[in-house]
Amino acid sequence: MAKMNTNGNAYTIIYAAVMVVIVAFLLAFVASALKPTQDANVAKDKKSQILAALNIRDIEDVEGKYAEVIKKDAIYGADASQGVKSENGGFAVETKNITPDNRPLYIAEVDGETKMVVPVKGAGLWGGLWGYIAVNADGQTVYGTYFSHESETAGLGARIAEQWFQDSFKGKKIFAEGSNDVALSVIKKGKEGTLSPDNYVDGVTGATLTSNGVNDMIKSGLEQYKDILSINK
Amino acid sequence: MSLFSKENGQIFMGPLNLNNPIAVQVLGICSALAVTSQLKPAIVMGLSVTVITAFSNVIISLIRKTIPNRIRIIVQLVVVAALVTIVSNILKAYVYDVSVQLSVYVGLIITNCILMGRLEAFAMQNGPWESFLDGIGNGLGYAIVLVIVGFIREILGFGTLFGFQIIPNSAYVDNGGLYLNNGMMTMPAMALIIVACVIWAHRAYNKDLES
Repeated sequence: MAKMNTNGNAYTIIYAAVMVVIVAFLLAFVASALKPTQDANVAKDKKSQILAALNIRDIEDVEGKYAEVIKKDAIYGADASQGVKSENGGFAVETKNITPDNRPLYIAEVDGETKMVVPVKGAGLWGGLWGYIAVNADGQTVYGTYFSHESETAGLGARIAEQWFQDSFKGKKIFAEGSNDVALSVIKKGKEGTLSPDNYVDGVTGATLTSNGVNDMIKSGLEQYKDILSINK
Repeated sequence: MSLFSKENGQIFMGPLNLNNPIAVQVLGICSALAVTSQLKPAIVMGLSVTVITAFSNVIISLIRKTIPNRIRIIVQLVVVAALVTIVSNILKAYVYDVSVQLSVYVGLIITNCILMGRLEAFAMQNGPWESFLDGIGNGLGYAIVLVIVGFIREILGFGTLFGFQIIPNSAYVDNGGLYLNNGMMTMPAMALIIVACVIWAHRAYNKDLES
């Protein structure tokens, strides 16, 4: 074979085209071959996050515990007073796809008590935030929370994913006394104003914007579930 | 030339010590800061880089005579990017928690200077076997430093290794002891300082590196 001119235009263009097609097929093949395993991991991770909101952390058998604790993953329609739209299937609804007409709510039973777990999502300083808020059957008292983030600053905003921050929500009240507005807030130390200590937690020091993001996420998320929570209030 | 000749031994051993990519060439520092707060992600990152450097070196070396000179950097990037995407998919499928911890840094292996440096400087001129050894050597040289830094940061910052408690619980202030974890170790900045200490120790030991 004669030595090819590897510097010609035609050669360069064909070379690039062939290379891109081969790589595209290879990546498509790998991605679709591994997709089921990855989806299973994502589902398992979501289950462990929901359990973390119920203060069940660091367990080995996530699937088993989830099946034991979570009784229903109901879906509510636009009018909560009409009851659930569907008893099950809420788990398949991703938090980013929640609409007023399609609201998943997890009903759990921990130590004989019924808890409701509300999924929430919002925006932090650098990327998305999401979480789960477990509420007692009274629709008012927070039982536990779980928050996580895409890319908040390590050591500052990323600390919202740590347990001490999430535990600070335990026992807080969602609604102000005698009101139907969501009052639960994350507030910079000393800026609480007239809020009752039952209604706020301290933000993460040095991460005001992430803390504000968590605050907005809780407010808008719970606002959307207000009618469901009020049924039991 | 035999597969395990003295020259090939040099290619493999060089980057582990006298030509270490982090300690001597000071490449790949950014990822060294980000993934070394604990030992496990540091090891996974080190292994990922080793695998990717070795295989991209081999692939580039195999096709080095066909690569059009004007787009050779693009070809190198495509090979690296494809391998990184595959490794990232495998991590997501089999070690999900680690892949969450490594987050964007797996993707950023693509921009790791060690990789592009080895492809351009070595694989483009050498055969597949030598390139493979060079890739493994450089990857492990990078991994060694990551593991050292991860070891120091995890034991001082969290009192654990691989997540197991090493410092006895009774030694902590909370339990009436005198010991506190050094929270500073969990910050990325400390990785830079530890890397600097590693380089210092390395130079003090290898006098001929001083210039």
